[in-house]
Amino acid sequence: MREFIVAEIKNYTMNFGPQHPAAHGVLRLVLEMDGEVIQRVDPHIGLLHRATEKLAENRTYLQSVPYMDRLDYVSMMMNEHAYVMTIEKLLKINVPIRAQYIRVMFDEITRILNHLLWLGAHALDVGAMTVFLYAFREREDLFDCYEAVSGARMHAAYYRPGGVYRDLPTKMPQFEASKTKSASEIKKLNKNRTGSLLDFIEDFSNRFPANVDEYETLLTDNRIWKQRTVGIGVVDPDRAIALGLTGPMLRGSGVEWDLRKKQPYETYNEFNFKIPIGKEGDCYDRYLVRMEEMRESNKIIKQCIDWLRTNPGPVISSDNKVTPPSRTEMKEDMESMIHHFKLFTEGFHIPKGEAYAAVEHPKGEFGTYIISDGANKPYRLKIRAPGFPHLAAINEMTKGHMLSDLVAIIGTQDIVFGEIDR
Amino acid sequence: MSQDIKKQTQNLKSFFKKKILSITNEKSEITVTFDQKNIIPALKSLRDKPEFNFKQLIDLCGVDYQEYKFAALDGKRFCVVYHLLSLKNNTRLRVKVFADDDEFPLFPTSTTIWPNADWYEREAFDLFGLMFVDHPDLRRLLTDYGFVGHPFRKDFPMIGKVEVRYDPTLKRVIYEPVSIEERNNVPRLIRDEGIHRG
Repeated sequence: MREFIVAEIKNYTMNFGPQHPAAHGVLRLVLEMDGEVIQRVDPHIGLLHRATEKLAENRTYLQSVPYMDRLDYVSMMMNEHAYVMTIEKLLKINVPIRAQYIRVMFDEITRILNHLLWLGAHALDVGAMTVFLYAFREREDLFDCYEAVSGARMHAAYYRPGGVYRDLPTKMPQFEASKTKSASEIKKLNKNRTGSLLDFIEDFSNRFPANVDEYETLLTDNRIWKQRTVGIGVVDPDRAIALGLTGPMLRGSGVEWDLRKKQPYETYNEFNFKIPIGKEGDCYDRYLVRMEEMRESNKIIKQCIDWLRTNPGPVISSDNKVTPPSRTEMKEDMESMIHHFKLFTEGFHIPKGEAYAAVEHPKGEFGTYIISDGANKPYRLKIRAPGFPHLAAINEMTKGHMLSDLVAIIGTQDIVFGEIDR
Repeated sequence: MSQDIKKQTQNLKSFFKKKILSITNEKSEITVTFDQKNIIPALKSLRDKPEFNFKQLIDLCGVDYQEYKFAALDGKRFCVVYHLLSLKNNTRLRVKVFADDDEFPLFPTSTTIWPNADWYEREAFDLFGLMFVDHPDLRRLLTDYGFVGHPFRKDFPMIGKVEVRYDPTLKRVIYEPVSIEERNNVPRLIRDEGIHRG
């Protein structure tokens, strides 16, 4: 009887977050602990709930595109991609081939962007500071690509139903001299910005494999890193499928599943790339999978650059019932004027029906499900966020682990609250 | 692809026969509707039978058909939509089930079939007020602690019902009825000719 009482005192409840630096945003966990061993994790989410799906029901289809950027705010364009793909499916419109290549290229840029943030944050959580700084150095270049093409560093709203907003710029924006930077310094900064955006991305993709090697020298054989990740948060393949894990979380467990290969969308079946998979299903394997994915993404980017250099063409569908006419056309042609006015006031209508389209998001399967009743606004929009089932699985993944391993598991799940809470 | 869809439809029809209320094929996506009493055994066989093999529940969401212009299924209001994925067969399937009672929508839980249905059902309960019978832990998930109502229902205003502010005299955060007015710049329009022409 006495023993029982002692055991009861040993178990206690602890609150983790919502303002914890390792909580990746606004995650609140209620932990049931036995000493330092986790017995149960109860995530309290919704602190970033903005009801994106409800808001979208009250806006035209086009007005909701920027909301998609703000879902998973570290892989912005991929969210837009799933959304515009669903609309294109419902409208049965064709996307010009050049736009498809641009989308693939920016999808892969986004994947690298996401994995770099994940890598930096994960390493930082586990105790390695330098990786974060290295990762952000490369992220900066990719943000410049975003900015050059859309005008915004993060929330691009670049993908539109029917294509992309505009063609790639032929001139990369350059740094200008200022009080704090001398002319020679500016010249050095502008060295790889003298050509077009494609030249800049090519320069990046030539540099990037060496950068990944650099990150790997810091972590892959690092004893502390291995002690913190090997054998932590193991998920076996069958369980990973049952828990609804997708993306690197599933591939880390050794399940070969990638929508880019299995259900190719856009022009993914024309690229030469491999799907890395793990073996053990622990945090270390998922780390290796994501590192390899960055290298594969870089290969896809290179292939896109080669294609885009030699194949000019339209980047957005010419169906003016869905896409706006050009500014010059709009000013000269009466019908174009009407199209423009109607598109930006009333918006386009989608025939009655429903569709689901998904992309291989850096975190897993990101899909949108739209039910339309023929109006200019969706009747119901459901966003399938990959992080949602991942976080739901955290209880199972952390059971029996130490408190410090929880942080490694949150890191490996690549949690972003914008998409989980929506 | 279309061949696969045909075969899949045939498989579904021959296996479930009269249990299927409706089966549609739209844009290479199959939608099957079951009724309440058949849904759980049907989902179980969709997961376990090798010809279906839907081991993964991709998504589960609630839908409120209250304002839908085209009566959904005998004008029933609430619906749960399952999106299933079979990794082995590389197929997808959408399954729908409608609640019999609009006032108190009851659904059987699918947590015993796919463990990740747990949170999805909590979400549907939170946002639509759908009750999942035998769910192990049906708490609110996304909305605030102590939130009243189900915000994604069509009769719930977009601006919400309450707002919070800090009251300096009471020295705490208080809830008040909303003071803002709902603003709608673009009216919702349904055109009969489908895609908007002109």
